[in-house]
Amino acid sequence: MAQENVKLLGVLGSPFVCRVQIALKLKGVEYEFVAQDLQNKSEELLKYNPIHKKVPVLVHNEKPINESLVIVEYIDEAWKGKSILPTDPYQRALARFWAKFIDDKVFGAAWKSIFTIDENEREKNVKEAQKAFQFLEDELKGKFFGGEKFGFVDIAAVYITFWIPMLQEIAGLELLTNEKFPKLCKWNQEFLSEPTIKESLPPRDPIFAFFKGLYEKIRASAK
Amino acid sequence: MENNNEVVLLDLWASMFGMRVRIALAEKGIKYEYIEQDIWNKSDLLLQMNPVQKKVPVLIHKGKPICESLIAVQYIDEVWNDRSPLLPSDPYAKSQARFWADYVDKKIYDLAKKVWARKGEEQEAGKKEFIEALQLLEAELGDKPFFGGDKFGFVDISLVTFYSWFYAVETIGNFSIESECPKFISWAKRCLQKESVSSTLPNSERVYEFLLDAKKRLGIE
Repeated sequence: MAQENVKLLGVLGSPFVCRVQIALKLKGVEYEFVAQDLQNKSEELLKYNPIHKKVPVLVHNEKPINESLVIVEYIDEAWKGKSILPTDPYQRALARFWAKFIDDKVFGAAWKSIFTIDENEREKNVKEAQKAFQFLEDELKGKFFGGEKFGFVDIAAVYITFWIPMLQEIAGLELLTNEKFPKLCKWNQEFLSEPTIKESLPPRDPIFAFFKGLYEKIRASAK
Repeated sequence: MENNNEVVLLDLWASMFGMRVRIALAEKGIKYEYIEQDIWNKSDLLLQMNPVQKKVPVLIHKGKPICESLIAVQYIDEVWNDRSPLLPSDPYAKSQARFWADYVDKKIYDLAKKVWARKGEEQEAGKKEFIEALQLLEAELGDKPFFGGDKFGFVDISLVTFYSWFYAVETIGNFSIESECPKFISWAKRCLQKESVSSTLPNSERVYEFLLDAKKRLGIE
């Protein structure tokens, strides 16, 4: 067996880091999780990700890979085992498209829906986020975005399973409802009950407390 | 040999994103039908093929659309995998190519836009950030002829198309990119020695006129 040294620089509670953890678990890769303090960035983080200075960073035999979706594709190619992306080029193109869609259209709008103080801005972002959810709702044809088994798009969408329900509870906002998005909500449940996913998610309570604290801090500073 | 109808490209001649796909198709020697789009008056075909973003370019292969230029370039590389590879085969090298193409996507268009769409202090800040991004790319290029090394590849394709917009950005921003980023310019000129690039990149002055017209239509002074 080749000498494998795999490190993941990350923070508990980051959906981007979680994507990488799911991919590593799916492939059965053993790795060291090196928790980062983003308020006080380590030399290691700055060395391995000088461009963006962000997590996650995967370091494989001293070589860094940055950007969560780039890392997940790398994991799929570097290790054998369960496939994350489809093998057919057209299906791969679709998977990459929807993963990018989630990055571009879901994160920003959802975050701003929760944390923006200004009512008009919030409403605008709620509309954007729900527009994005509708596209995903329409795209979901099987049990998972990947079909019978979960794949690249499902992993990219993990933010929707754990973080969005938590954030909307904190803000008392109805962003992702069963009424409007029944398929997406069902997918949420299916995905969350997959062992690989369950074991890759951070513990709920401390993450909830962190975001609740952040939410209250932002609202307090606006007054 | 592919039937012309098998590969179709919905595009705008001035789109630096569409140019990426055209270069990739040219690199692979793929014949295709090019359908010019009027982005101010979007066609039914475009809206049908890209209902999510309603943007160009859209590559259509055997009737199936592929949207997002870098995704289309990777698709082209994977389908026509018997010639002129655009991405490296080594997973690590591939990840670095994807990372840098992603960096280009995240930064270059928006920073260039800050220069051509803003004025005063905002524009000055935009110019500075734009140059810094190009200098970062210069550092990444180093002494290599191309970003991928000896061969022209994915990152080069993702970036060189912006060169056709430089004259427009320089003119509007009243600055010289070459004086700050000479290495970048010599790399771009090296790319232009390739037929696939020189036959794709449009005339810079035409692009400038396109941009002035676009600004008017978008209500940007």
